[in-house]
Amino acid sequence: MKLRCRIAGAVTLALMGSAGHTIAAEKLTYYCSAQEDWCQLMATGFEEATGIKVNMTRKSSGETLAQIKAEASNPKGDVWWGGTGDPHMQAAEEGLTEAYESPMRAELHDWSIGQSESAGNKTIGIYSGALGYGYNEEILKANNLPEPACWKDLLKPEYKGHVQMANPNSSGTAYTTLATIVQLFGEDEGFEFMKGLHKNINQYTKSGSAPIKAAARGENTIGIVFMHDAVKQAVSGFPIKVVAPCEGTGYEIGSMSLIKDSRNPENAQKFYDWALQADVQSRSLEVKAFQVMSNKTAESSPQAPDLASIKLIDYDFTKYGSSAERKRLLKKWDDEVSTLPR
Amino acid sequence: MLSASRASRAVWLWMIVGLVGYFIMPWYILEDGFFSFEWLDGYPFDTDYAPAAFLIAQGEKLWLAPLVLPLLLPLVVIGNKDRQRFSTLLIIAGSAGLFYLFAQGFAIGIRGFNAEWLGVLFGELGDRQFGFGYGAVLLCVAFLFYLTTGVAARGYINGDVFVVGAIGFIISIVAIFIFFPIAQMLSSALRDNDGVYSLAVFVAKFSENKIWGLACLSENRGCGVAWNSLFLAVIVGAATTVLGLVFALVATRSGFRYSNWLRALTVLPIITPPFVIGLAIILLFGLSGTITQWVAGVLDLQPSRWVYGLPGILIAQMLSFTPIAFLVLIGVVEGVSPSMEEASQTLRASRWHTFKTVTFPLIRPGLANAFLLGFIESMADFGNPLVLGGNYDVLSTEIFFAIVGAQNDQGRAAVLAIILLLFTLTAFYAQRRWLGRKSYITKTGKGDGGSHSLMPRRVMWPCYIIASIWVIFTVTVYGMIIYGGFVETWGLNHTLTFKHYITAFAVGVNDFGLHFKGSAWDSFWTTLKIAATAAPLTAIVGLITAYLLVRQNFAGKQWFEFGTMLSFAIPGTVVGVSYILAFNVPPLELTGTGIILIISFVFRNMPVGVRAGIASMSQLDKSLDEASLTLGASTWRTFRKVILPLMRPAILAALVFSFVRAMTAISAVIFLVSAEYNMATSYIIGRVENNDYGIAIAYSTTLIFVMLSAILLFQLLVGKTQTTRPLTQSRTNVG
Repeated sequence: MKLRCRIAGAVTLALMGSAGHTIAAEKLTYYCSAQEDWCQLMATGFEEATGIKVNMTRKSSGETLAQIKAEASNPKGDVWWGGTGDPHMQAAEEGLTEAYESPMRAELHDWSIGQSESAGNKTIGIYSGALGYGYNEEILKANNLPEPACWKDLLKPEYKGHVQMANPNSSGTAYTTLATIVQLFGEDEGFEFMKGLHKNINQYTKSGSAPIKAAARGENTIGIVFMHDAVKQAVSGFPIKVVAPCEGTGYEIGSMSLIKDSRNPENAQKFYDWALQADVQSRSLEVKAFQVMSNKTAESSPQAPDLASIKLIDYDFTKYGSSAERKRLLKKWDDEVSTLPR
Repeated sequence: MLSASRASRAVWLWMIVGLVGYFIMPWYILEDGFFSFEWLDGYPFDTDYAPAAFLIAQGEKLWLAPLVLPLLLPLVVIGNKDRQRFSTLLIIAGSAGLFYLFAQGFAIGIRGFNAEWLGVLFGELGDRQFGFGYGAVLLCVAFLFYLTTGVAARGYINGDVFVVGAIGFIISIVAIFIFFPIAQMLSSALRDNDGVYSLAVFVAKFSENKIWGLACLSENRGCGVAWNSLFLAVIVGAATTVLGLVFALVATRSGFRYSNWLRALTVLPIITPPFVIGLAIILLFGLSGTITQWVAGVLDLQPSRWVYGLPGILIAQMLSFTPIAFLVLIGVVEGVSPSMEEASQTLRASRWHTFKTVTFPLIRPGLANAFLLGFIESMADFGNPLVLGGNYDVLSTEIFFAIVGAQNDQGRAAVLAIILLLFTLTAFYAQRRWLGRKSYITKTGKGDGGSHSLMPRRVMWPCYIIASIWVIFTVTVYGMIIYGGFVETWGLNHTLTFKHYITAFAVGVNDFGLHFKGSAWDSFWTTLKIAATAAPLTAIVGLITAYLLVRQNFAGKQWFEFGTMLSFAIPGTVVGVSYILAFNVPPLELTGTGIILIISFVFRNMPVGVRAGIASMSQLDKSLDEASLTLGASTWRTFRKVILPLMRPAILAALVFSFVRAMTAISAVIFLVSAEYNMATSYIIGRVENNDYGIAIAYSTTLIFVMLSAILLFQLLVGKTQTTRPLTQSRTNVG
């Protein structure tokens, strides 16, 4: 592959003469919003597979969206891989990303295609994970608390000061939680739930997975997070138990988008197709990423939460991913929930 | 006429620079960077790499053609005996060139005309341009110095070409890299989400309840972020001042034998990367922390999350910033002339009375200084609140999450940044007002033989006790940090291991020789390179500024000083936000490069270089410069040959400080790092986010040792000669 590029480069050079444009070293600027080691794995994997040099930046999905927005009049990135779907949907809505229909689409799960279509094909699902919570068994026992199994269990007064979730204003995970609760219980009852939960929350963290990490280290008891994040802590040996709430739950679709007007659009498309391949997606297990991958034939870990056995709600990505609805819910949460005394 | 020929020579020099910029160097910024030299392939015809002259010759970017006029205009008058005409033409050439250069840069951007009315006026352009490259920068420099040389030829500052040029240069870079970004940020605070200017939006955002709410006074919920920040900063300022004073007294007035060790210990937090102290505090005082668990066990209490929030941030910031107060106060305490105290004691005052009525009033300005430093540092601190903040939100983290959080509101970030800036600037201004008015000089250089008296007992014992507790605490924290790098998983499995160091810093051998396999090497080398580049630049800019401030007199000097010191009061998060807003688009397109990191360090740390330079330069007798000038040397030569060599300690201070800051800074850096230029601190924050405390701590420990060795290295490079001896010698010679 590398050799072919070089030959192609040499031929073009010869054809165009010294005055012509030259082929710069093939490269790709890759924004990654998944966990660091997974990002690294994708970058080196793509370099090995194609010989294209990858420049990677890892930032959370919110940070990346902010960066792409800031760079909109002069895009620096080519492809954005990973991170929860909402910021990708938002980028699509704001016209920051490019529509693309990959030849790999036939191999993907329906939820992935569905999400892509709802965004005008400007993004595509690469993995999905269900929302839930995890708790630290030792601390639970030390405090003589019952084991929670449902969303509503978390409202019990004995959990006061033991529950942690991220602030939906700063974290996509927490926004997904808010949207899930609203869809699950209806808006009015959902907000009553959030108000009740507020009394038991010991801290609204900034980052989405922080609550379960704190629980793992014994700094917190129950953390509301994506279940794959909780599984990861359990697999790392921390005394974490993962719960799929009995009422049913929402989920995220980790996504990938091509950045509009990018500098290396062809390489970006190459990466896009490559990242949807089954063998590439199966490598997520190497870095303990326990999400369900979007390629139907990609392997998943036995420890990963089985999406089939979890009661999933019919999450409306179009509605709850839109800027207007997000702003409305966040404002309502800010005004009615976050200002309440604890 | 001596200076006239000098002026002509200067014009020739800058014309050559300008010609190189216009005819030889690539005009636009190079995507792969200049020093990759990929541009040589295709140069000089490829339109991405071509110099301006080659672009125009090919019929491209014709709007660059008029720039050649002001560039060559001075040819008309060079060597002309008519000073008036000479200077007028130079000023015209310089200012017209600069104006046109920036006007075209701002008018034509990445998508053609930047403003609609331009398209209406000139018709659609159908072309675009990227940011300034080396060619444009050189031309810009040439125009700038045309202008200053012209001004000098007018007779401004005795017609001194070097001094006027230096002033012009410093003003320009401060304007571009401090005022321009801040102005951009202000304008973004005034716009709503669709980019329309609206005062109402600004007022609404500014007066938000989340910022100014006072609910914490009456109910059980949080106050606004502005109050939180202010309250925290006041406590931290006061506490660090008290602790710093205690240490300073113990080090100088107690006859304590190991005061050198004490000094070394207090320097440690300055070279500690952010988060590390926060992490250590969680490991000690968190819900499952060693000390919390122990206390809970002994007292039979339920352990709690008390450390998250104000208490945690407070402890961490006191650990981090007490050394700064100490360094300020030790100078002040040592600086109090012993003869004053001796006089008091000769008059039969008791030690306590002397301390209370003589020593203490004399160190008061030092206390104010230390307080304000602690205040500003606390306001600007980002790492500790991030790790330990709990529900206690402060401005610096709130700014960060306004930009990166799900709400993604640049306008709100800008508004919060303005509030933060108002607080720090007020403190900065208050400090200058308060200290500027009184004189506390007791050392007059007239034979201060005596040695300092000891502290009175009733001050000494409390000082000893507080200092010992603090020392034990600091040692424990650092012990934890070092230990934390060697255990498998904190809080779970305390088996000793080198695993984290191997993951981060493994080195292997492959076909090409040494191969740096560890995951941290990449950011490590980048950090080292950038810190090592920024340090000398900071020292140069700082010392030139100090020279101008101490040795030269010119109109608007106060404003000049204020402008150069301003960046000290601008918190890193604000710098980060404003740099992104200002430098992402042509003509100054710097985001994603290493240059933007270097520039941000140079301008953030410049005030320290200036201060160090001023302090050491005021000690040099002016007769030294005068002797050199009388013997016919130019000011530049005098600066280089006489002043610079005598300022080694100041150079060292500036070098060390900016190097250390560049390695440990996080708040601005986190906005400015990119794929190719990732810094150590931003790598560490990623590991912390991922619960990989082991690697984060191992990396930080390594950085601490790297910085220690770098400080020693700088000392060897710069500090070989003592300044005292040549100084006294020359003094006696002159006198």
